[in-house]
Amino acid sequence: MPFRQRNGGVVPTPKILPCGDSALTVEFGSTIDPDINGMVLALDEIVRARAPAGLIETVPTYRSLTIQFDPVATDYDALIRLLNDETKGIAPRNAVGRRWRVPVVYGGEYGSDLEEVAEIHGLTPARVIDIHSSAVYRIYMIGFLPGFTYLGGLDKRIATSRRLHPRAKIPAGTIMIGGEQAGIAPMDMPSGWHNLGLTPVRPYAPERDPVFLFAAGDEIVFEPVDASRWEAMEKAVKAGEPVAEEVRA
Amino acid sequence: MTDLVVKSCGPMTALQDRGRIGYQGFGVSPSGAMDRRALAMANALVGNPADTAAIEFVNLGGAFMAAGGDLHLAVAGAGASASVDGTPVPPLTSFVLKEGQTLEVGHPRTGTFAYLAVAGGLAVEPQLGSLSFHLRSRLGGLKGSPLQAGNHLPCRPEHQAGEPMQLTIDIVEETGPLRVMLGPQDDYFTPESISLLLESEFTISPQADRMGFQLTGPKLEHAKGFNIVSDGIVDGHIQVPGSGQPIVLMRDRQTAGGYPKIATVISADLGRFAQMRPGAKVRFRAVERDEAVAAARQLKDWIASLPAHLIPVRYALTTEHLLSRNLIGGTVDALSTASHD
Repeated sequence: MPFRQRNGGVVPTPKILPCGDSALTVEFGSTIDPDINGMVLALDEIVRARAPAGLIETVPTYRSLTIQFDPVATDYDALIRLLNDETKGIAPRNAVGRRWRVPVVYGGEYGSDLEEVAEIHGLTPARVIDIHSSAVYRIYMIGFLPGFTYLGGLDKRIATSRRLHPRAKIPAGTIMIGGEQAGIAPMDMPSGWHNLGLTPVRPYAPERDPVFLFAAGDEIVFEPVDASRWEAMEKAVKAGEPVAEEVRA
Repeated sequence: MTDLVVKSCGPMTALQDRGRIGYQGFGVSPSGAMDRRALAMANALVGNPADTAAIEFVNLGGAFMAAGGDLHLAVAGAGASASVDGTPVPPLTSFVLKEGQTLEVGHPRTGTFAYLAVAGGLAVEPQLGSLSFHLRSRLGGLKGSPLQAGNHLPCRPEHQAGEPMQLTIDIVEETGPLRVMLGPQDDYFTPESISLLLESEFTISPQADRMGFQLTGPKLEHAKGFNIVSDGIVDGHIQVPGSGQPIVLMRDRQTAGGYPKIATVISADLGRFAQMRPGAKVRFRAVERDEAVAAARQLKDWIASLPAHLIPVRYALTTEHLLSRNLIGGTVDALSTASHD
């Protein structure tokens, strides 16, 4: 079955790209597309379940699955056969199991770029908040830093080119947008994106079980909350509560 | 509890083991020892499994003391020396640091990374399954930090009674080109650029750290632009940003990235490459999977054979053993013959 890309391009069969002797990448496409990403996640689930001898770990990204293995313990030809078999007619795993509601305090000291973003697009700050918190975001991949979610689904009306002068440090929990992407800072980090708000939710907390709240394929919705609730939410997070709520899709 | 106390060390001195496996899908870099061969040697000398966490020295040595008891220790990698209260320890030899004595580890001389292993490993709590320190994630090491003067590293007293040993084999570095496998994105480059990669000499720039080594050399031209939608990265990937100057990605690399990767250094050659310093010249040779896997097997066998090449120091000092050591010296190294077959 040919893989139809949303932009019309057709990938006849996923490409298997060598990554040295200890890894390979199965590439389903070259663009950011929910179906391509869905096939990556479907194959990831299959490979981890089949656990071929020598498998070390799998890394799903926007458009491909990187598989790392012990070159000595792995039957490479058998692995390729498995991948060829399993990718034939693979269906995207788009039925995401989890949708998370993440509370956000927008603007002011919590989101220092809200007004500037509103100005760039000729909108009121309230309208930007409305647009940002009405969308359903999909976690395409997690990377760059532990727990950093690359979110797709930003409304084009507020898509904003990255800042000319990146910041050396933005606080953990920053709700930000850059180009057509959106994200949540899992820890203090450098960033060239625009800060719209802040959440007390920690996508990554090494001392918490679970360490990572979100997984690739999950969905996120943002809920605007009043600054008066900040202290109570922060306290709950410090007590180890997720505060992000799992909701029905 | 017996502690290894840090008296002084360089800023990037930190704990490293095999690396943090299983969390790259959540954005956590694997990190891990830059030269697994040297880590394995230090560990073999004190009777540890090859990948046990040890102290990794980066360019600079350090000074340590034992508190609360004696410690059985070993130093290996990049020709770093060790001395106890001013008395040099013979190379590739484990030793006992008695309570109150001072160990001085010299700076790595022939490379960048050296290792200090403690018998029984360190009694430090791993984070996400590993003690490997990773700067950007603030994970591993001592609660997410590198070592600094004043740190007490808890050790396991029940493991410190081991006998000092000497290792009769050593790493003999190849001098030929580093072996690479082309891909994953070699098709993003012009054929001329592939030839340039394989036929030119590159220089390791001063921008070389645990994340990656920037190389300078002829400009590699992209045939299809230099931005790709981010995909997975592995150790040894040679990525080429818009400048056309390649970067070899090392243990602290990110988990995904958006520059095309022209080729990948084979796993068996990464330790040797890690020990090459800024200013060193490097060439690349393309190999097929068979050769890369054979080299990986040879390295794995070599590491597994280390415990069989230990002799107690008290025997090593007898004439007979010195003689036998001279006779076998220089011939018993799997790595030295790896790519001449």
